Amino acid sequence: MNDLPQQLANGLLLGGLYGLIAVGYTMVYGIVQLINFAHGEIFMIGGFGALTAYLWLPENTSLVIALPFMLVFAVACSVLVGIGAERFAYRPLRGGPRLAPLITAIGLSIALQQAIWAFYPDGTKSRSFPQFHGESLDFGAFTIGRGDLFLFVAAPLSMIGLGFFVSKTRTGRAMQATSQDPDTAKLMGINTDRIIVTAFAIGSAFAAVAAIAHGLKYGEVNFKMGFIAGLKAFTAAVLGGIGNIYGAMLGGVVLGLAEAMATAYIQDIPGMSQLGGGSWKDVWAFVLLILVLLLRPQGLLGERVADRA
Amino acid sequence: MTALLEVEDLRVAYGKIEAVKGISFSVEAGQVVTLIGTNGAGKTTTLRTLSGLLTPLSGKITFDGEVLDGVGAHKIVAMGLAHSPEGRRLFPRLTVTENLQLGAFLRRDTEAIEKDIQSAYERFPILGERRKQAAGTLSGGEQQMLAMGRALMSRPKLLMLDEPSMGLSPIMMQKIMETITELKNQGTTILLVEQNAQAALSLADQAHVMEVGEIVLSGTGQDLMHDESVRKAYLGED
Repeated sequence: MNDLPQQLANGLLLGGLYGLIAVGYTMVYGIVQLINFAHGEIFMIGGFGALTAYLWLPENTSLVIALPFMLVFAVACSVLVGIGAERFAYRPLRGGPRLAPLITAIGLSIALQQAIWAFYPDGTKSRSFPQFHGESLDFGAFTIGRGDLFLFVAAPLSMIGLGFFVSKTRTGRAMQATSQDPDTAKLMGINTDRIIVTAFAIGSAFAAVAAIAHGLKYGEVNFKMGFIAGLKAFTAAVLGGIGNIYGAMLGGVVLGLAEAMATAYIQDIPGMSQLGGGSWKDVWAFVLLILVLLLRPQGLLGERVADRA
Repeated sequence: MTALLEVEDLRVAYGKIEAVKGISFSVEAGQVVTLIGTNGAGKTTTLRTLSGLLTPLSGKITFDGEVLDGVGAHKIVAMGLAHSPEGRRLFPRLTVTENLQLGAFLRRDTEAIEKDIQSAYERFPILGERRKQAAGTLSGGEQQMLAMGRALMSRPKLLMLDEPSMGLSPIMMQKIMETITELKNQGTTILLVEQNAQAALSLADQAHVMEVGEIVLSGTGQDLMHDESVRKAYLGED
Protein backbone atom coordinates (compact mmCIF):
# COMPACT_ATOMS: atom_id res chain seq x y z
CA MET A 1 0.00 0.00 0.00
CA ASN A 2 3.00 2.33 -0.14
CA ASP A 3 1.63 3.86 -3.32
CA LEU A 4 -1.44 5.07 -1.42
CA PRO A 5 -0.45 8.77 -1.50
CA GLN A 6 -0.04 8.49 -5.24
CA GLN A 7 -3.44 6.84 -5.63
CA LEU A 8 -5.03 9.52 -3.46
CA ALA A 9 -3.44 12.22 -5.60
CA ASN A 10 -4.69 10.52 -8.78
CA GLY A 11 -8.16 10.18 -7.30
CA LEU A 12 -8.30 13.80 -6.19
CA LEU A 13 -7.24 15.05 -9.61
CA LEU A 14 -9.81 12.89 -11.35
CA GLY A 15 -12.36 14.02 -8.78
CA GLY A 16 -11.56 17.65 -9.49
CA LEU A 17 -12.19 17.03 -13.16
CA TYR A 18 -15.54 15.35 -12.49
CA GLY A 19 -16.47 18.04 -10.00
CA LEU A 20 -15.85 20.84 -12.50
CA ILE A 21 -18.20 19.24 -15.01
CA ALA A 22 -20.71 18.22 -12.34
CA VAL A 23 -21.17 21.87 -11.32
CA GLY A 24 -22.89 22.48 -14.66
CA TYR A 25 -25.38 19.66 -14.18
CA THR A 26 -26.17 20.62 -10.65
CA MET A 27 -26.56 24.38 -11.13
CA VAL A 28 -28.94 23.96 -14.01
CA TYR A 29 -30.87 21.26 -12.22
CA GLY A 30 -31.04 23.32 -9.04
CA ILE A 31 -32.73 26.15 -10.88
CA VAL A 32 -34.85 24.66 -13.66
CA GLN A 33 -35.02 20.97 -12.62
CA LEU A 34 -33.61 19.94 -15.97
CA ILE A 35 -30.91 17.34 -16.47
CA ASN A 36 -29.01 18.98 -19.29
CA PHE A 37 -27.82 15.87 -21.07
CA ALA A 38 -26.07 18.03 -23.64
CA HIS A 39 -23.70 19.26 -20.92
CA GLY A 40 -21.14 16.58 -21.79
CA GLU A 41 -21.07 17.99 -25.32
CA ILE A 42 -20.68 21.53 -24.03
CA PHE A 43 -17.58 20.16 -22.28
CA MET A 44 -16.44 18.53 -25.54
CA ILE A 45 -16.96 21.80 -27.46
CA GLY A 46 -14.70 23.50 -24.92
CA GLY A 47 -11.99 20.97 -25.73
CA PHE A 48 -12.25 21.69 -29.44
CA GLY A 49 -12.38 25.42 -28.74
CA ALA A 50 -9.09 25.17 -26.86
CA LEU A 51 -7.50 23.12 -29.63
CA THR A 52 -8.68 25.58 -32.26
CA ALA A 53 -7.19 28.51 -30.36
CA TYR A 54 -3.90 26.64 -30.04
CA LEU A 55 -3.79 25.88 -33.76
CA TRP A 56 -4.41 29.54 -34.59
CA LEU A 57 -1.37 30.65 -32.66
CA PRO A 58 1.98 30.65 -34.49
CA GLU A 59 3.68 27.29 -34.52
CA ASN A 60 6.01 26.52 -31.62
CA THR A 61 4.20 28.93 -29.31
CA SER A 62 4.97 27.84 -25.80
CA LEU A 63 1.99 26.08 -24.24
CA VAL A 64 2.30 28.21 -21.12
CA ILE A 65 1.75 31.31 -23.25
CA ALA A 66 -0.92 29.63 -25.34
CA LEU A 67 -2.91 28.40 -22.35
CA PRO A 68 -4.60 31.72 -21.45
CA PHE A 69 -5.74 32.15 -25.07
CA MET A 70 -6.98 28.57 -25.16
CA LEU A 71 -8.80 29.08 -21.90
CA VAL A 72 -10.56 32.24 -23.02
CA PHE A 73 -11.58 30.79 -26.35
CA ALA A 74 -12.69 27.46 -24.88
CA VAL A 75 -14.82 29.23 -22.29
CA ALA A 76 -16.28 31.48 -24.99
CA CYS A 77 -17.23 28.49 -27.18
CA SER A 78 -18.78 26.49 -24.36
CA VAL A 79 -20.66 29.44 -22.91
CA LEU A 80 -21.99 30.38 -26.32
CA VAL A 81 -23.27 26.86 -26.92
CA GLY A 82 -24.59 26.61 -23.36
CA ILE A 83 -26.62 29.80 -23.39
CA GLY A 84 -27.66 29.17 -26.99
CA ALA A 85 -29.07 25.81 -25.90
CA GLU A 86 -30.93 27.48 -23.06
CA ARG A 87 -32.30 30.26 -25.22
CA PHE A 88 -33.32 28.33 -28.30
CA ALA A 89 -33.81 24.74 -27.16
CA TYR A 90 -34.94 24.77 -23.52
CA ARG A 91 -36.60 28.13 -22.89
CA PRO A 92 -39.37 27.63 -25.47
CA LEU A 93 -40.26 24.39 -23.66
CA ARG A 94 -40.34 25.85 -20.16
CA GLY A 95 -43.65 25.31 -18.49
CA GLY A 96 -44.37 22.36 -20.74
CA PRO A 97 -44.17 18.68 -19.81
CA ARG A 98 -40.90 17.77 -18.08
CA LEU A 99 -40.09 15.11 -20.65
CA ALA A 100 -39.90 17.56 -23.55
CA PRO A 101 -36.71 19.42 -22.52
CA LEU A 102 -35.14 16.12 -21.45
CA ILE A 103 -35.62 14.57 -24.88
CA THR A 104 -34.48 17.83 -26.45
CA ALA A 105 -31.30 17.67 -24.37
CA ILE A 106 -30.56 14.17 -25.64
CA GLY A 107 -31.22 15.29 -29.20
CA LEU A 108 -29.00 18.32 -28.78
CA SER A 109 -26.26 16.12 -27.38
CA ILE A 110 -26.29 13.94 -30.50
CA ALA A 111 -26.51 16.97 -32.79
CA LEU A 112 -23.45 18.60 -31.20
CA GLN A 113 -21.41 15.40 -31.45
CA GLN A 114 -22.35 14.99 -35.07
CA ALA A 115 -21.62 18.63 -35.84
CA ILE A 116 -18.01 18.18 -34.71
CA TRP A 117 -17.80 14.83 -36.51
CA ALA A 118 -19.04 16.34 -39.74
CA PHE A 119 -17.62 19.86 -39.76
CA TYR A 120 -14.47 20.03 -37.64
CA PRO A 121 -11.35 19.32 -39.71
CA ASP A 122 -10.52 15.65 -39.13
CA GLY A 123 -13.33 15.66 -36.56
CA THR A 124 -14.10 12.01 -37.24
CA LYS A 125 -10.86 11.05 -35.55
CA SER A 126 -9.27 11.87 -32.24
CA ARG A 127 -7.29 15.10 -32.55
CA SER A 128 -4.14 15.33 -30.50
CA PHE A 129 -4.11 18.00 -27.83
CA PRO A 130 -0.95 19.99 -27.00
CA GLN A 131 1.04 18.58 -24.12
CA PHE A 132 3.46 19.83 -21.51
CA HIS A 133 6.66 17.93 -21.94
CA GLY A 134 9.10 17.10 -19.24
CA GLU A 135 9.27 15.04 -16.13
CA SER A 136 6.46 14.72 -13.62
CA LEU A 137 6.65 16.99 -10.64
CA ASP A 138 7.86 15.18 -7.58
CA PHE A 139 6.11 16.06 -4.31
CA GLY A 140 7.91 13.37 -2.34
CA ALA A 141 5.13 10.97 -1.54
CA PHE A 142 3.51 11.36 -4.95
CA THR A 143 4.12 12.85 -8.36
CA ILE A 144 1.87 14.88 -10.61
CA GLY A 145 2.17 15.02 -14.38
CA ARG A 146 2.96 18.46 -15.75
CA GLY A 147 -0.36 18.52 -17.59
CA ASP A 148 -2.22 17.83 -14.37
CA LEU A 149 -0.76 20.92 -12.79
CA PHE A 150 -3.38 23.00 -14.61
CA LEU A 151 -6.16 20.97 -13.02
CA PHE A 152 -4.37 21.02 -9.68
CA VAL A 153 -4.59 24.82 -9.71
CA ALA A 154 -7.73 25.48 -11.73
CA ALA A 155 -10.15 23.12 -9.97
CA PRO A 156 -9.77 24.45 -6.42
CA LEU A 157 -9.60 28.05 -7.65
CA SER A 158 -12.80 27.73 -9.69
CA MET A 159 -14.63 26.00 -6.86
CA ILE A 160 -13.60 28.59 -4.27
CA GLY A 161 -14.55 31.34 -6.69
CA LEU A 162 -17.96 29.79 -7.27
CA GLY A 163 -18.56 29.30 -3.56
CA PHE A 164 -17.78 32.97 -3.00
CA PHE A 165 -19.96 34.06 -5.91
CA VAL A 166 -22.99 32.09 -4.79
CA SER A 167 -22.85 32.96 -1.11
CA LYS A 168 -21.54 36.52 -1.15
CA THR A 169 -22.64 38.35 -4.28
CA ARG A 170 -26.01 39.85 -5.09
CA THR A 171 -26.45 37.67 -8.17
CA GLY A 172 -25.36 34.59 -6.24
CA ARG A 173 -27.94 35.30 -3.57
CA ALA A 174 -30.56 35.77 -6.26
CA MET A 175 -29.49 32.44 -7.69
CA GLN A 176 -30.05 30.68 -4.38
CA ALA A 177 -33.43 32.36 -4.03
CA THR A 178 -34.47 31.33 -7.54
CA SER A 179 -33.46 27.76 -6.88
CA GLN A 180 -35.42 27.63 -3.62
CA ASP A 181 -38.61 29.27 -4.88
CA PRO A 182 -38.69 30.77 -8.39
CA ASP A 183 -42.09 32.46 -8.11
CA THR A 184 -41.23 34.18 -4.88
CA ALA A 185 -37.85 35.16 -6.31
CA LYS A 186 -39.75 37.06 -8.99
CA LEU A 187 -41.75 38.81 -6.26
CA MET A 188 -38.43 40.08 -4.87
CA GLY A 189 -37.72 41.71 -8.23
CA ILE A 190 -35.31 39.04 -9.43
CA ASN A 191 -35.24 38.54 -13.19
CA THR A 192 -35.29 34.76 -13.07
CA ASP A 193 -34.74 34.38 -16.82
CA ARG A 194 -31.42 36.13 -16.42
CA ILE A 195 -30.53 33.93 -13.44
CA ILE A 196 -31.20 30.82 -15.52
CA VAL A 197 -28.92 32.10 -18.29
CA THR A 198 -26.24 32.85 -15.68
CA ALA A 199 -26.46 29.30 -14.35
CA PHE A 200 -26.01 27.88 -17.84
CA ALA A 201 -23.11 30.23 -18.51
CA ILE A 202 -21.25 29.37 -15.30
CA GLY A 203 -21.79 25.65 -15.80
CA SER A 204 -20.53 25.89 -19.39
CA ALA A 205 -17.46 27.89 -18.39
CA PHE A 206 -16.58 25.26 -15.79
CA ALA A 207 -17.02 22.55 -18.41
CA ALA A 208 -14.57 24.39 -20.68
CA VAL A 209 -11.98 24.56 -17.90
CA ALA A 210 -12.50 20.85 -17.34
CA ALA A 211 -12.11 20.17 -21.05
CA ILE A 212 -8.67 21.79 -21.12
CA ALA A 213 -7.67 19.79 -18.04
CA HIS A 214 -8.98 16.67 -19.75
CA GLY A 215 -7.07 17.44 -22.95
CA LEU A 216 -3.83 18.08 -21.08
CA LYS A 217 -4.29 14.90 -19.07
CA TYR A 218 -5.20 12.49 -21.87
CA GLY A 219 -3.50 14.19 -24.81
CA GLU A 220 -6.45 14.18 -27.20
CA VAL A 221 -9.94 15.45 -27.87
CA ASN A 222 -12.64 13.72 -29.88
CA PHE A 223 -16.30 14.20 -30.70
CA LYS A 224 -17.51 11.56 -28.29
CA MET A 225 -15.39 12.48 -25.27
CA GLY A 226 -18.36 14.26 -23.72
CA PHE A 227 -20.40 11.12 -23.34
CA ILE A 228 -18.49 9.17 -20.73
CA ALA A 229 -17.12 12.29 -19.02
CA GLY A 230 -20.63 13.71 -18.88
CA LEU A 231 -22.02 10.48 -17.50
CA LYS A 232 -19.37 10.37 -14.79
CA ALA A 233 -19.92 14.01 -13.89
CA PHE A 234 -23.67 13.45 -13.80
CA THR A 235 -22.98 10.53 -11.44
CA ALA A 236 -20.85 12.83 -9.31
CA ALA A 237 -23.64 15.41 -9.20
CA VAL A 238 -26.21 12.82 -8.12
CA LEU A 239 -23.76 11.31 -5.66
CA GLY A 240 -23.21 14.64 -3.98
CA GLY A 241 -26.88 15.61 -4.09
CA ILE A 242 -28.10 17.16 -7.30
CA GLY A 243 -28.92 20.84 -7.02
CA ASN A 244 -26.19 21.46 -4.45
CA ILE A 245 -22.93 22.91 -5.81
CA TYR A 246 -20.88 21.80 -2.82
CA GLY A 247 -22.43 18.39 -3.36
CA ALA A 248 -21.19 18.39 -6.94
CA MET A 249 -17.67 19.11 -5.80
CA LEU A 250 -17.80 16.52 -3.04
CA GLY A 251 -19.44 13.98 -5.34
CA GLY A 252 -16.70 14.50 -7.89
CA VAL A 253 -13.95 13.98 -5.34
CA VAL A 254 -15.62 10.91 -3.82
CA LEU A 255 -16.16 9.41 -7.26
CA GLY A 256 -12.60 10.16 -8.36
CA LEU A 257 -11.14 8.68 -5.20
CA ALA A 258 -13.39 5.62 -5.44
CA GLU A 259 -12.29 4.99 -9.00
CA ALA A 260 -8.63 5.38 -8.17
CA MET A 261 -8.88 3.14 -5.13
CA ALA A 262 -10.92 0.50 -6.92
CA THR A 263 -8.51 0.46 -9.83
CA ALA A 264 -5.53 0.07 -7.55
CA TYR A 265 -6.70 -2.12 -4.73
CA ILE A 266 -9.78 -4.18 -5.57
CA GLN A 267 -7.64 -6.87 -7.12
CA ASP A 268 -5.90 -7.37 -3.77
CA ILE A 269 -9.14 -8.46 -2.14
CA PRO A 270 -9.25 -12.27 -2.14
CA GLY A 271 -11.53 -13.61 -4.85
CA MET A 272 -11.75 -10.30 -6.70
CA SER A 273 -8.50 -10.41 -8.57
CA GLN A 274 -10.39 -10.39 -11.84
CA LEU A 275 -12.23 -7.16 -11.01
CA GLY A 276 -9.38 -4.71 -10.51
CA GLY A 277 -7.49 -2.53 -12.91
CA GLY A 278 -8.50 0.33 -15.14
CA SER A 279 -10.98 -1.56 -17.29
CA TRP A 280 -13.32 -2.03 -14.33
CA LYS A 281 -13.21 1.51 -13.01
CA ASP A 282 -16.43 2.60 -14.71
CA VAL A 283 -18.21 -0.38 -13.20
CA TRP A 284 -17.12 0.61 -9.69
CA ALA A 285 -18.12 4.20 -10.30
CA PHE A 286 -21.66 3.16 -11.18
CA VAL A 287 -21.82 0.57 -8.40
CA LEU A 288 -21.08 3.44 -6.05
CA LEU A 289 -23.88 5.45 -7.63
CA ILE A 290 -26.35 2.59 -7.22
CA LEU A 291 -25.35 2.16 -3.58
CA VAL A 292 -25.84 5.84 -2.85
CA LEU A 293 -29.20 5.87 -4.61
CA LEU A 294 -30.29 2.87 -2.55
CA LEU A 295 -29.02 4.08 0.80
CA ARG A 296 -29.21 7.86 0.51
CA PRO A 297 -31.32 8.76 -2.52
CA GLN A 298 -30.95 12.52 -1.99
CA GLY A 299 -27.17 12.21 -2.32
CA LEU A 300 -24.44 12.98 0.19
CA LEU A 301 -25.30 16.67 0.72
CA GLY A 302 -28.69 16.43 -0.94
CA GLU A 303 -31.63 18.56 -0.08
CA ARG A 304 -34.73 16.73 0.95
CA VAL A 305 -36.89 16.28 -2.11
CA ALA A 306 -39.98 16.94 0.00
CA ASP A 307 -38.86 20.57 0.24
CA ARG A 308 -40.29 21.14 -3.15
CA ALA A 309 -44.06 20.90 -3.06
CA MET B 1 -58.06 61.84 -7.22
CA THR B 2 -57.13 58.69 -9.05
CA ALA B 3 -56.72 55.47 -7.14
CA LEU B 4 -53.31 53.93 -6.53
CA LEU B 5 -54.56 50.63 -7.87
CA GLU B 6 -57.44 50.33 -10.30
CA VAL B 7 -58.69 46.92 -11.40
CA GLU B 8 -61.26 46.86 -14.19
CA ASP B 9 -63.17 43.80 -15.33
CA LEU B 10 -60.29 41.43 -14.58
CA ARG B 11 -60.64 37.87 -15.80
CA VAL B 12 -58.10 35.12 -15.08
CA ALA B 13 -58.21 31.45 -16.04
CA TYR B 14 -56.18 28.32 -15.39
CA GLY B 15 -56.52 26.56 -18.72
CA LYS B 16 -60.25 26.47 -19.33
CA ILE B 17 -61.26 27.05 -15.76
CA GLU B 18 -62.01 30.65 -15.07
CA ALA B 19 -60.98 31.50 -11.53
CA VAL B 20 -61.65 35.23 -11.65
CA LYS B 21 -64.66 36.26 -13.71
CA GLY B 22 -64.55 39.98 -14.32
CA ILE B 23 -63.92 41.80 -11.07
CA SER B 24 -63.42 45.53 -10.60
CA PHE B 25 -62.21 47.38 -7.53
CA SER B 26 -59.77 50.06 -6.55
CA VAL B 27 -57.41 50.90 -3.73
CA GLU B 28 -56.77 54.52 -2.77
CA ALA B 29 -53.46 55.55 -1.31
CA GLY B 30 -53.50 55.17 2.46
CA GLN B 31 -56.43 52.77 2.47
CA VAL B 32 -56.69 49.23 3.70
CA VAL B 33 -58.83 47.23 1.30
CA THR B 34 -59.71 43.63 1.98
CA LEU B 35 -60.96 40.79 -0.15
CA ILE B 36 -62.76 38.16 1.87
CA GLY B 37 -64.41 34.94 0.83
CA THR B 38 -64.12 31.20 1.09
CA ASN B 39 -61.49 28.93 -0.38
CA GLY B 40 -61.54 28.96 -4.17
CA ALA B 41 -63.23 32.35 -4.41
CA GLY B 42 -60.34 33.66 -6.51
CA LYS B 43 -58.69 35.93 -3.96
CA THR B 44 -55.19 34.49 -4.24
CA THR B 45 -55.52 34.30 -8.01
CA THR B 46 -56.35 38.00 -8.03
CA LEU B 47 -53.24 38.89 -6.03
CA ARG B 48 -51.00 36.63 -8.12
CA THR B 49 -52.30 38.35 -11.23
CA LEU B 50 -51.72 41.82 -9.79
CA SER B 51 -48.10 40.98 -9.00
CA GLY B 52 -47.55 39.57 -12.49
CA LEU B 53 -47.15 35.89 -11.62
CA LEU B 54 -50.28 35.10 -13.65
CA THR B 55 -51.37 36.61 -16.94
CA PRO B 56 -54.97 37.76 -17.11
CA LEU B 57 -57.35 36.73 -19.91
CA SER B 58 -58.63 40.26 -20.14
CA GLY B 59 -59.21 43.37 -18.10
CA LYS B 60 -57.13 46.33 -17.13
CA ILE B 61 -54.87 46.86 -14.13
CA THR B 62 -53.60 50.37 -13.51
CA PHE B 63 -51.03 50.85 -10.77
CA ASP B 64 -49.69 54.27 -9.83
CA GLY B 65 -50.80 55.68 -13.16
CA GLU B 66 -49.28 52.94 -15.31
CA VAL B 67 -51.16 50.16 -17.06
CA LEU B 68 -49.72 46.75 -16.17
CA ASP B 69 -49.98 44.98 -19.45
CA GLY B 70 -47.65 42.02 -19.80
CA VAL B 71 -45.20 43.63 -17.38
CA GLY B 72 -43.00 40.92 -15.84
CA ALA B 73 -43.37 40.19 -12.14
CA HIS B 74 -39.86 41.39 -11.35
CA LYS B 75 -40.64 44.79 -12.89
CA ILE B 76 -43.89 45.23 -11.01
CA VAL B 77 -42.00 45.07 -7.69
CA ALA B 78 -39.81 47.88 -8.96
CA MET B 79 -42.94 50.00 -9.50
CA GLY B 80 -43.77 49.70 -5.81
CA LEU B 81 -46.13 46.76 -5.49
CA ALA B 82 -45.01 44.19 -2.91
CA HIS B 83 -46.69 40.84 -2.45
CA SER B 84 -46.41 38.69 0.64
CA PRO B 85 -47.72 35.43 -0.80
CA GLU B 86 -50.02 32.82 0.65
CA GLY B 87 -48.17 30.31 2.80
CA ARG B 88 -45.35 32.87 3.46
CA ARG B 89 -43.06 31.34 0.83
CA LEU B 90 -39.81 32.27 2.53
CA PHE B 91 -36.50 31.08 1.17
CA PRO B 92 -36.21 28.24 3.65
CA ARG B 93 -32.47 27.61 3.50
CA LEU B 94 -31.46 31.27 3.66
CA THR B 95 -31.16 33.05 6.98
CA VAL B 96 -33.63 35.56 8.37
CA THR B 97 -31.30 38.42 7.44
CA GLU B 98 -30.75 37.07 3.93
CA ASN B 99 -34.51 36.82 3.41
CA LEU B 100 -34.87 40.45 4.44
CA GLN B 101 -32.00 41.48 2.17
CA LEU B 102 -33.72 39.75 -0.75
CA GLY B 103 -36.81 41.80 -0.02
CA ALA B 104 -34.67 44.83 -0.82
CA PHE B 105 -33.15 43.17 -3.90
CA LEU B 106 -33.86 46.08 -6.22
CA ARG B 107 -32.63 48.76 -3.86
CA ARG B 108 -29.07 50.01 -4.04
CA ASP B 109 -29.04 52.23 -0.97
CA THR B 110 -27.02 49.85 1.20
CA GLU B 111 -27.11 52.00 4.31
CA ALA B 112 -30.85 52.58 4.20
CA ILE B 113 -31.37 48.85 3.66
CA GLU B 114 -29.35 48.13 6.78
CA LYS B 115 -31.50 50.64 8.68
CA ASP B 116 -34.70 49.05 7.41
CA ILE B 117 -33.46 45.62 8.50
CA GLN B 118 -32.81 47.05 11.96
CA SER B 119 -36.29 48.54 12.10
CA ALA B 120 -37.76 45.20 11.04
CA TYR B 121 -35.96 43.70 14.05
CA GLU B 122 -37.39 46.44 16.23
CA ARG B 123 -40.86 45.71 14.93
CA PHE B 124 -40.35 41.96 15.38
CA PRO B 125 -37.71 41.45 18.11
CA ILE B 126 -37.90 37.66 17.82
CA LEU B 127 -36.61 37.93 14.25
CA GLY B 128 -33.64 39.91 15.50
CA GLU B 129 -32.84 37.12 17.92
CA ARG B 130 -33.00 34.58 15.12
CA ARG B 131 -31.32 36.63 12.41
CA LYS B 132 -28.75 33.95 11.62
CA GLN B 133 -31.21 31.07 11.65
CA ALA B 134 -32.46 29.49 8.43
CA ALA B 135 -35.96 30.79 7.69
CA GLY B 136 -37.28 27.24 7.33
CA THR B 137 -36.61 26.59 11.01
CA LEU B 138 -38.87 29.39 12.28
CA SER B 139 -42.32 28.81 13.75
CA GLY B 140 -45.39 29.67 11.67
CA GLY B 141 -45.90 33.00 13.38
CA GLU B 142 -42.25 33.97 13.08
CA GLN B 143 -42.33 33.00 9.41
CA GLN B 144 -45.33 35.26 8.87
CA MET B 145 -43.54 38.15 10.55
CA LEU B 146 -40.55 37.56 8.34
CA ALA B 147 -42.72 37.36 5.22
CA MET B 148 -44.30 40.71 6.07
CA GLY B 149 -40.96 42.21 6.98
CA ARG B 150 -39.48 41.00 3.72
CA ALA B 151 -42.33 42.50 1.69
CA LEU B 152 -41.86 45.84 3.46
CA MET B 153 -38.14 45.85 2.61
CA SER B 154 -38.91 47.03 -0.93
CA ARG B 155 -40.55 50.15 0.59
CA PRO B 156 -43.71 49.47 -1.40
CA LYS B 157 -46.43 51.92 -2.30
CA LEU B 158 -48.90 49.08 -1.97
CA LEU B 159 -48.46 46.03 0.24
CA MET B 160 -50.47 42.95 -0.68
CA LEU B 161 -50.87 40.40 2.11
CA ASP B 162 -52.30 37.00 1.27
CA GLU B 163 -53.77 35.15 4.25
CA PRO B 164 -51.33 36.46 6.84
CA SER B 165 -53.21 34.75 9.67
CA MET B 166 -53.43 31.34 8.03
CA GLY B 167 -52.46 28.46 10.29
CA LEU B 168 -51.50 30.66 13.23
CA SER B 169 -52.44 30.31 16.88
CA PRO B 170 -55.04 32.85 18.11
CA ILE B 171 -52.36 34.77 19.99
CA MET B 172 -50.08 34.92 16.99
CA MET B 173 -53.00 35.84 14.76
CA GLN B 174 -53.78 38.75 17.05
CA LYS B 175 -50.15 39.86 16.96
CA ILE B 176 -50.17 39.82 13.15
CA MET B 177 -53.42 41.76 13.01
CA GLU B 178 -52.00 44.33 15.43
CA THR B 179 -49.02 44.71 13.14
CA ILE B 180 -51.28 45.31 10.16
CA THR B 181 -53.20 47.92 12.16
CA GLU B 182 -49.90 49.56 13.04
CA LEU B 183 -48.84 49.61 9.40
CA LYS B 184 -52.21 51.13 8.52
CA ASN B 185 -51.79 53.84 11.12
CA GLN B 186 -48.39 54.63 9.68
CA GLY B 187 -50.09 55.25 6.35
CA THR B 188 -49.17 52.06 4.50
CA THR B 189 -51.58 51.19 1.72
CA ILE B 190 -52.62 47.56 2.07
CA LEU B 191 -54.59 45.07 0.02
CA LEU B 192 -55.43 42.29 2.43
CA VAL B 193 -56.79 38.87 1.55
CA GLU B 194 -58.16 36.99 4.53
CA GLN B 195 -60.35 34.09 5.49
CA ASN B 196 -60.59 35.51 8.97
CA ALA B 197 -63.34 37.92 7.96
CA GLN B 198 -63.93 39.36 11.41
CA ALA B 199 -60.35 40.55 11.78
CA ALA B 200 -60.07 41.77 8.21
CA LEU B 201 -63.32 43.74 8.23
CA SER B 202 -62.55 45.42 11.53
CA LEU B 203 -59.53 47.18 10.09
CA ALA B 204 -60.54 47.62 6.45
CA ASP B 205 -61.63 50.92 4.92
CA GLN B 206 -63.13 49.11 1.96
CA ALA B 207 -64.10 45.46 1.71
CA HIS B 208 -65.22 43.16 -1.07
CA VAL B 209 -66.76 39.75 -0.70
CA MET B 210 -65.68 37.26 -3.38
CA GLU B 211 -67.59 34.12 -4.30
CA VAL B 212 -66.49 31.77 -7.08
CA GLY B 213 -64.58 34.40 -9.00
CA GLU B 214 -66.91 37.33 -8.60
CA ILE B 215 -67.30 40.23 -6.22
CA VAL B 216 -70.77 39.76 -4.80
CA LEU B 217 -70.79 42.49 -2.21
CA SER B 218 -68.79 45.65 -1.53
CA GLY B 219 -68.83 48.29 1.14
CA THR B 220 -66.86 49.77 4.00
CA GLY B 221 -65.48 47.33 6.53
CA GLN B 222 -68.03 48.52 9.07
CA ASP B 223 -70.92 48.15 6.60
CA LEU B 224 -70.06 44.58 5.78
CA MET B 225 -69.44 43.70 9.39
CA HIS B 226 -73.07 44.58 10.05
CA ASP B 227 -74.45 43.08 6.85
CA GLU B 228 -76.88 40.26 7.47
CA SER B 229 -75.62 37.93 4.77
CA VAL B 230 -71.95 38.48 5.64
CA ARG B 231 -72.62 37.80 9.29
CA LYS B 232 -74.28 34.52 8.37
CA ALA B 233 -71.79 33.35 5.81
CA TYR B 234 -68.47 34.56 7.19
CA LEU B 235 -68.82 35.56 10.79
CA GLY B 236 -70.43 32.33 11.87
CA GLU B 237 -73.69 33.73 13.16
CA ASP B 238 -77.10 32.14 12.72
